[in-house]
Amino acid sequence: MKTINLTESTVRDLNQALHDQTVECTEREWEVLEPKGQHNIACGLDQNISVDIKGPTGYFCAGMNKKAHITIHGNAGQGVAENMMSGTVRVKGNASQAAGATAHGGLLVIEGDAGARCGISMKGVDIVVKGSVGHMSCFMGQAGSLVVCGDAGDALGDSLYETHIYVKGEVKSLGADCIAKEMREEHIEELTELLNRAGVDEQATAFKRYGTARQLYNFKVDNTSAY
Amino acid sequence: MCGIVGLYLKNKALESQLGELFEPMLIAMTDRGPDSAGFAIYGDEVPEGSIKLTLRHANEDYDWAGLAGKLKTELNVGVEWFKNSKVAIFKIQTTDVIAEAFISENAPEVLILSAGQSIEILKEVGLPENIAKTFNLSGMKGSHIIGHTRMATESAVTMEGSHPFSTGMDLCLVHNGSLSNHNRLRTELEREGIVFETENDSEVAAGYLTWRLQQGDSLNEALTNSLKDLDGFFTFTVGTRDGFAVMRDPIACKPAVMAETDDYVAMASEYQALTTLPGIENAKIWEPEPATIYVWERSSDEGVK
Repeated sequence: MKTINLTESTVRDLNQALHDQTVECTEREWEVLEPKGQHNIACGLDQNISVDIKGPTGYFCAGMNKKAHITIHGNAGQGVAENMMSGTVRVKGNASQAAGATAHGGLLVIEGDAGARCGISMKGVDIVVKGSVGHMSCFMGQAGSLVVCGDAGDALGDSLYETHIYVKGEVKSLGADCIAKEMREEHIEELTELLNRAGVDEQATAFKRYGTARQLYNFKVDNTSAY
Repeated sequence: MCGIVGLYLKNKALESQLGELFEPMLIAMTDRGPDSAGFAIYGDEVPEGSIKLTLRHANEDYDWAGLAGKLKTELNVGVEWFKNSKVAIFKIQTTDVIAEAFISENAPEVLILSAGQSIEILKEVGLPENIAKTFNLSGMKGSHIIGHTRMATESAVTMEGSHPFSTGMDLCLVHNGSLSNHNRLRTELEREGIVFETENDSEVAAGYLTWRLQQGDSLNEALTNSLKDLDGFFTFTVGTRDGFAVMRDPIACKPAVMAETDDYVAMASEYQALTTLPGIENAKIWEPEPATIYVWERSSDEGVK
């Protein structure tokens, strides 16, 4: 295992060392010490390696991740795992706003709470939050699943496309065009599998499903005449 | 962009270290605001019947002793003062109205940055680190302090345009964001008798709070009203003689993170500004909810939400 202490190395040096693993993988296990809330830690990785960050991180940690398995042993700042393509990102603490923003794939697990706009414009990532999520979560979500074991804030799933949303607790309010939907067998299966992958001990049957009513402009066939 | 930071001490034993604890917080926000910085520190109160003013003159060699002497003889009042870079703190045994009127008449080139029993405001153009050094921030004592690092958007990079802004007794405000209805609101507030020194949007927010407090609002009520009357995006930290308050607009896109221990309450735009505080590893850490007012005051020492 290789250990990098961020009071001795810069984030740029760390990220360069991690990016070098894309060309030739010489070390599978990495440990990052004393991150002290710095931004852009472990961004743009593209190799099947594991990175353990021992402390709180700043903005965009694990952004654009591909293949790597990144664990943050602390709280994460804004935009954790934003635009992730594949791999796993796990936050042991809470995550700030826009966690998993625009992410296309992979799994993001937040063991604490997530702030506002969790999964904003998500495009295929699966996000599992053990705690609650803030307002405007899943805004314009396009694909993938958002699982919330706690509560959801205002305007959940506003202007949603096709993301599946599962919430166990209370939803403060639903956003435009987001509605509660029937939990069918296929959804129980999908959710059970997601909870298993995330290592979260919850019963899929305790959750409610939310999704798009498909009533906004983009869903109206009449509007095709505009083109 | 801008960075804001605040530190309110619950444990009085730490008051002698306020500046030392706060300096790294301000410097940590340099990336968010490298063009100017400032802070408002509360402590070293003057008794009732006296007033403390933060005065500034562009010339570092300005004759403050001369001004103090004039105040003493012409108003026949006690004056204590000390100089800190281009700023001088004057403690005068009279009311704010009399002192401020005398200074604007007899030394119109002197700018009054703050007035109150407790507040001192120090701000300059330049890197936060240099400003902290200029004013010897690390050696300062007090009960609470709020600061700002500025990346200018709505007005020029000048000392006058830098934060904190004070428009009323012991009240000041730092702001991260930008207000859209500040011009109209400034005109309305000027009609109510609020005086503005700059074209800055954040000064309008400070002026608005001053006006509401003059109308008899509590700090909590004034902030609640501001949610209705201010249009734009903002995270505010407000300092008063007794404490400080934090509030974000209903969309809450401007960042804020808070930390609380038995010893202190701290707020910052980013967590990295909090990492040097003692016991931060075990502090309660959270992000303030949108459109929610958080107040800590000497009288209660409890967070009010």
